Amino acid sequence: MLKVDTEKCTGCGECEESCTFDAIFVKDGVAVVDHDVCTLCGICVDGCPEGALELHVEAGAFATDLSSWKGIWVVAECRGGDLASVTLELLAKSRELAAELDAEVTAVLMGQGIESKARELIFHGADRVLIVDHHELATFTDEVYGNILADLAKRERPEIILAGATAMGRSYIPRVATILETGLTADCTGLDIRSEDKALLQTRPAFGGNLLATIVCPEHRPQMATVRPHVMKANAPDPGRKGEVIRIVPRKSLLGHKVQVIESVKEQAEGPNLSEADIIVTAGRGFEQEKNVELARELADLLEGTVGSTRAAVDAGWLSSRTQIGQTGVTVSPKLYIACGVSGAIQHIVGMQGSEIIVAINKDAEAPIFDVTTYGLVGDVKEILPLLIKRIQKERGL
Amino acid sequence: MNIVVCIKQVPNAKTVRYDTEKGTLVREGVEAIINPFDFHALEAGLHLKDAYGGEVTVLSMGPPQAENALRESLSLGADKGVLLSDRAFAGADTLATTYTLAKAIEKLGPVDLVLCGKQAIDGDTAQVGPGLAARLGLPYVTCVNALSVMDDEKTIQVRRINEDGYDILELEMPALLTVLASINTPRLPSLKGKMMARKTEIPIWDAEGIGAKPSMVGLTGSATRVVSTWVPTFEARREMFGGSAEEQVDALVSRLKAAGIL
Repeated sequence: MLKVDTEKCTGCGECEESCTFDAIFVKDGVAVVDHDVCTLCGICVDGCPEGALELHVEAGAFATDLSSWKGIWVVAECRGGDLASVTLELLAKSRELAAELDAEVTAVLMGQGIESKARELIFHGADRVLIVDHHELATFTDEVYGNILADLAKRERPEIILAGATAMGRSYIPRVATILETGLTADCTGLDIRSEDKALLQTRPAFGGNLLATIVCPEHRPQMATVRPHVMKANAPDPGRKGEVIRIVPRKSLLGHKVQVIESVKEQAEGPNLSEADIIVTAGRGFEQEKNVELARELADLLEGTVGSTRAAVDAGWLSSRTQIGQTGVTVSPKLYIACGVSGAIQHIVGMQGSEIIVAINKDAEAPIFDVTTYGLVGDVKEILPLLIKRIQKERGL
Repeated sequence: MNIVVCIKQVPNAKTVRYDTEKGTLVREGVEAIINPFDFHALEAGLHLKDAYGGEVTVLSMGPPQAENALRESLSLGADKGVLLSDRAFAGADTLATTYTLAKAIEKLGPVDLVLCGKQAIDGDTAQVGPGLAARLGLPYVTCVNALSVMDDEKTIQVRRINEDGYDILELEMPALLTVLASINTPRLPSLKGKMMARKTEIPIWDAEGIGAKPSMVGLTGSATRVVSTWVPTFEARREMFGGSAEEQVDALVSRLKAAGIL
């Protein structure tokens, strides 16, 4: 409950200005709260120059009328002028969920100069697109993106919010969930609707994929999840699809940020990024020398894949730490994973065992990597890779 | 510089076994370690303390035995350890965890920098850092792998890694960062540190001690509920090719063609 300290309140009207719900106004020189309308968003509390407002949160204060939250939101991500593939994957999944909930699918798109992407979102499944196009959104900051999304969600009350479990999504979506005081399930690989109560069933791996858990958010809304890229399938665009585009002008108070972006650098040296690659060729200790790692690059290029590494290969200085797959690196789940000269320490396995097809090439037939592989080749990578490269080139008529 | 490092005690992946029948992990015989990312957060804090002075406080929420993780941190050079332990904290999701940690940090007093690992290797959520920053009203940056303090000793410059490259960002303290393993190489405990760790008293704070509302901690304060867990099984899909290198390569190519990849 929002409380006004009538001793401190000077009736200045700042709170009345800031409230998006007309839930607080000045009467007879003092702020009065309309508790039926107030959503406890706290904007007025932060803005009160006298510190006269306070949110009292009691047990059950968040217990919300669940039926007043409607619709599915997909938080679109735009990187380097293109929509992230996970955004399109989420739109396809949302259409399935929406059919069970009889709900609308709304895409939320933030950035600068992104208007042209609205059509694409509609073609891929959005019924509505909320566009926030502003120069302050040209570069991503957790504070501004988070504040705007949280503010929109408070006003529009979606039942479900889905975002990509990308570096960006996993960074600012937790902020949004915390502001909204609701649950958030990280890095989901499965989403479904429970038939009896229409709850969102969110399945995610834990312990590096050794355990799977299905999670619900029973009494809080929205139900929020970040979803691992590449697990769900996008629909082909349907240029016949129609949708509504709504332009949102963000309030100034939401645009303040304390983190300044000095420089953004792209490093695209090793092919497509690891978490979105269909094919990954990983180099481990078995390459013995830096020059041999070229074989992994050659194979990756040939397959239009990307190169990954183990801790050993990073420590040896052959590949940069951003290519490291495993517990303290990146978790990947491509269609094809080729582990070359990788022994298969558990710390590496947990980062790649979700891959569809796993191929391992190792000298040691007893190496633990073979426990999780689909196809195993026993031999020296320096001998096998050149043969494999030649064979694929022949296959492709090169 | 007052630095708080949040750490979590987690099961060592090497010693964990899984019960495929019950769909849970077998807790017996599991070694408890400091979450690997948190070692790097601690090292980042100790490194700043070495350069700029101040104090490093290590904070952990967990069962009583999580005290071991705090003692280990003290042996590495942390000045203080605080254990948040209370039955009421049990079953906390990230919403309840960030609330509890925030209440404890508020009790610790003014802080310049809060450091967390990027994620814990058991839950893998990566949500506590950003959520805690939101609770504390601090600016934050996740996935940091380089950190330096500017001449004014108030502004920090950090490098944030993303899928396509990296960003260089500046922010003023107080702030919160979550760090990657590539940010540094953690030090080893010193003899002096080990002695200090044995002697230092580690206070245990409960819900009442940090002024936490019972409705907002542990399972009661959690928005999410686990419905079921299971252990994924790898169907017997392993095929080892035999024969010469050429024969093995041929076998692989034919399988990949059948799978529609080649």
